[in-house]
Amino acid sequence: MQLILEKRAERSKIVALVSPLIAIGLTIVTMTILFMVLGKNPISALYVYFIVPLTDGYSLQEIAVKATPLVMIAIGLSLCYLANAWNIGAEGQFLMGAVAGSWIAVKTQGTEAGHWVLPAMLLLGAIAGALYALIPAICKVRFGASEILTSLMLVYVADLLLDYLVRGPWRDPQGFNFPTTAEFDPVATVPTLIEGGRLHLGSILALIVVAAGAVLLGKTIKGFEIRVVGAAPRAARFGGFNANQLILLTFAISGALAGLAGIIEVAGPVGHLQPGISPGYGFTAIIVAFLGRLNPIGILIAGLFLALTFIGGEQAQITMKIPLDVTKVFQGILLFYVLACDSLILYRFRIVSSSPQVARGAH
Amino acid sequence: MRKNLLAAAATLLLAGGLTSSAIAAEKLKVGFIYLGPVGDLGWTYQHELARQAVVKEFGDKIETTFLENVPEGPDAERAVEQLVRAGNTLIFTTSFGYMDPTLKVAKKYPNVHFEHCSGYKRDKNMATYSARWYQGRYIQGEIAAKMSKAGVLGYIGSFPIPEVVSGINATMIGAQTVNPNIKVKIIWVNSWFDPGKEADAAKALLDQGADIIMQHTDSPAAMQIASERGKFAFGQDSEMIKFGPKAQLTSILDTWAPYYIERVKAQLDGSWKSADTWGGLETKMFEMAPYTNMPDDVKKLAEDTQAAIAAGKLHPFKCPVVGQDGKEVECKGGDHLDDGQILSMNFYVKGIDDKLPGK
Amino acid sequence: MELIEAIILSVLAASTPLLLAATGELVAERSGVLNLGVEGMMIVGAACGFGGAWLTGSIIIGALCGMLAGVLMSLLFAAMALGLAVNQVATGLALTIFGVGLSGLIGARFVGERITPAPHLQIPFVTDIPLIGRILFGEDAFVYLSLALVAAVWWFLYRTRAGLILRACGDNHVSAHALGYPVLKIRMYAVMFGGACAGLAGAYLPLAYTPFFIPGMTAGRGWIALALTVFASWLPGRLVIGAYLFGAVTILQLHAQGAGIGIPSQFMSSLPYLATVIVLVLLSRARTGGSTAPAALGTVFVPDR
Repeated sequence: MQLILEKRAERSKIVALVSPLIAIGLTIVTMTILFMVLGKNPISALYVYFIVPLTDGYSLQEIAVKATPLVMIAIGLSLCYLANAWNIGAEGQFLMGAVAGSWIAVKTQGTEAGHWVLPAMLLLGAIAGALYALIPAICKVRFGASEILTSLMLVYVADLLLDYLVRGPWRDPQGFNFPTTAEFDPVATVPTLIEGGRLHLGSILALIVVAAGAVLLGKTIKGFEIRVVGAAPRAARFGGFNANQLILLTFAISGALAGLAGIIEVAGPVGHLQPGISPGYGFTAIIVAFLGRLNPIGILIAGLFLALTFIGGEQAQITMKIPLDVTKVFQGILLFYVLACDSLILYRFRIVSSSPQVARGAH
Repeated sequence: MRKNLLAAAATLLLAGGLTSSAIAAEKLKVGFIYLGPVGDLGWTYQHELARQAVVKEFGDKIETTFLENVPEGPDAERAVEQLVRAGNTLIFTTSFGYMDPTLKVAKKYPNVHFEHCSGYKRDKNMATYSARWYQGRYIQGEIAAKMSKAGVLGYIGSFPIPEVVSGINATMIGAQTVNPNIKVKIIWVNSWFDPGKEADAAKALLDQGADIIMQHTDSPAAMQIASERGKFAFGQDSEMIKFGPKAQLTSILDTWAPYYIERVKAQLDGSWKSADTWGGLETKMFEMAPYTNMPDDVKKLAEDTQAAIAAGKLHPFKCPVVGQDGKEVECKGGDHLDDGQILSMNFYVKGIDDKLPGK
Repeated sequence: MELIEAIILSVLAASTPLLLAATGELVAERSGVLNLGVEGMMIVGAACGFGGAWLTGSIIIGALCGMLAGVLMSLLFAAMALGLAVNQVATGLALTIFGVGLSGLIGARFVGERITPAPHLQIPFVTDIPLIGRILFGEDAFVYLSLALVAAVWWFLYRTRAGLILRACGDNHVSAHALGYPVLKIRMYAVMFGGACAGLAGAYLPLAYTPFFIPGMTAGRGWIALALTVFASWLPGRLVIGAYLFGAVTILQLHAQGAGIGIPSQFMSSLPYLATVIVLVLLSRARTGGSTAPAALGTVFVPDR
């Protein structure tokens, strides 16, 4: 007897609904054990992680701020992944967008430049992100180089470029040599939405991106092409879809969104360009994309949920003295369970006799 | 705010209705933001030791909280604000990169007091504090020049910010009083904390002929390499003699505890005021680890220098200070460079045969 | 001359953890599995490796603990990515997040402790041979072990039937399955080997490089190992060249600074990554000679029964 995994004929709607609940249930059980081992009260710990951040306006705003770049990047990545194009270099595109957009802010610093500055920054950030994403895409369609790996390599290059700029040419002349540009002028700053809070215009843009993603995938021919190319490449070829063109397109869109997220983060919550503007947003967004099952609404929920664990993790450190490492373990376990349970939407377990059977060949 | 609470508590006490929960609410809450993990053995670890000293000093009167591993990016502001919202009314943010986030939160919560380490922006409710480590570097320069047979010092830098640059300059000025022809080789690892890279840098410096290792990075990796190769080294931030019992000459120890205790005390009795505290050996804002592994005359020299600096008789940047270009640096502080010049130091002194990055 | 010898010795040591981790990842990738969790497996290996050595006083036990920890982490990955057919990229990233946290929890007890590092070899006469003695016989044993491992992997992949089957799984899992090979089982072994190597690579840092444990001490070396497998275009021989090239760039950049040569260090540091992209493009373009990415790399496989 042997337990095997088997593809379902179609997605299981029931599992799709209950899977996140099962995953959260399993996480709670595992974390309860871990908290008990650590000598913390599991009930109050879980309450702090999941509920406390939802109970006041401030934390809700912070969740939205944290989720904004994650959701924006993940929407773009989901298009890539649906089209079977593996962009994992969003972190680099995020940084390039931040760098390019900041260029305008740095160059107009202290001048009379008007309200065109911020829109120009956002536009340039998106363009730079798209161009940077096109490098691995072109390497892929032109030379067949694995985009997974080239896009990953380019993350480091972007990181080092940013580092060089803020330590050299763009360094704040009044900044005592510290590696940062000067604070951006008000016209180069993303406006906040609520007085005294950090919720900013970028969060609205992220919602628009989610809606646009949903429309693109659900209502347009291009969206249909993207799905078909990813799910059934052979059928797509017969249908006359140009897979290479779609790789370029999806990479460009995801790069543009990552770049936009980058410049929004710099011109919004951070307010200046410095090393370490991204605590790994580009990589975390990959997880968000999968947690959201590559579906725009799902990604929105997943982004908010992951942001919740970050805020909750800080609350846990403050109120219960739970070390940050526990939060990371907690996030890791949560991700494992969610991904594992989601797998059962497409697959199911079956018990078979252990004698090997002859395979029926390729699909 | 605190006064009101005190008054309210006093009223309650008079009315005889003081409950234990009211006492709990009365505790002063002090928050800390750390850059690294508390176990980094260096920078963050020293702040953590000071926090523990504060807890020991005030016991039940206060409650402390810290957030560790807070990156100096978009998350920093939220971390600071979380501490405010958790009821902390005195918050120490312990890295330069928290300057702008701290200032933003300080403006938002005028009744909460903030202490930012090593920055230059202040406000009515945001004080800054740092230590004159360059004084210690001067002493280390003297020791290094005495102990070096090759006459070549190896210096591992983190980032070319004024604090580090002034440390290199003070080292050289100190060393030149012993050996005018002393040389220094500088390697920037562009990180505060990467043990592997720090070890590589130490090896490279020793391989290039340096026989004393000085570091402005946080891990004991370089000490370990010096120890392995039978060479001498200086620790940084914390006591590193465990990693080089035969190698450590001394170490600059960040001793934040007295300052933290003083500030918490001020907060408790309501006398807290924003200030710019830049203390040195005279106020024990930092200390020198015991002078070890050196002959008595070198030890005596070091101790005498330390005493002279602490007594204000000797200033490491006493004029004339000559830059790399051979020109004297303008002397703004009477007979020594003034604090502003040291805080924004952006040049190498004469005798350093290298180019300052970004210049 | 002495300086050159010293530089070579430093490069050998700096490259060893990269080579170890990359060798393991190469085998996993050759079987068709892309495990992006190398950094996570390494850092857990570092914590457990140090813990083992500190508790027992034995470097060898430490190294074994590191390997075991790496294997356990890789089994978690295998359960997800192979057992449940979850996307490998997402699983690998989750593994790294998990590993960083876990290593902090495990290592919290050992912070501030130190051990005696792995000794450098000292073979009478042989190590004293001028010019080559210290380089070939004078570093710690891990350095030479890593080279032996690469040779063994080469031999396995190209000279044994099992190696051929493993490569077949990576190039076309459907055909391999059709021929009756247990694709998932083979991949699981490959992933476990990758975990053992990553664990050992992580353990090398506190056991031989800097004999103490500090959270986050792998400092991104796991990601470089991933880059290396690509740079080497999945060929063990080129992996050695690539690892030493990466190590050499790191070390030479430090030496250039010490010697007072002022090139922006960020420029030097970005060279290996740019080189990797270019090499990848050239190789993919050439197609002839050399091998390119295993065709099934990173794709999910569920046996069709």
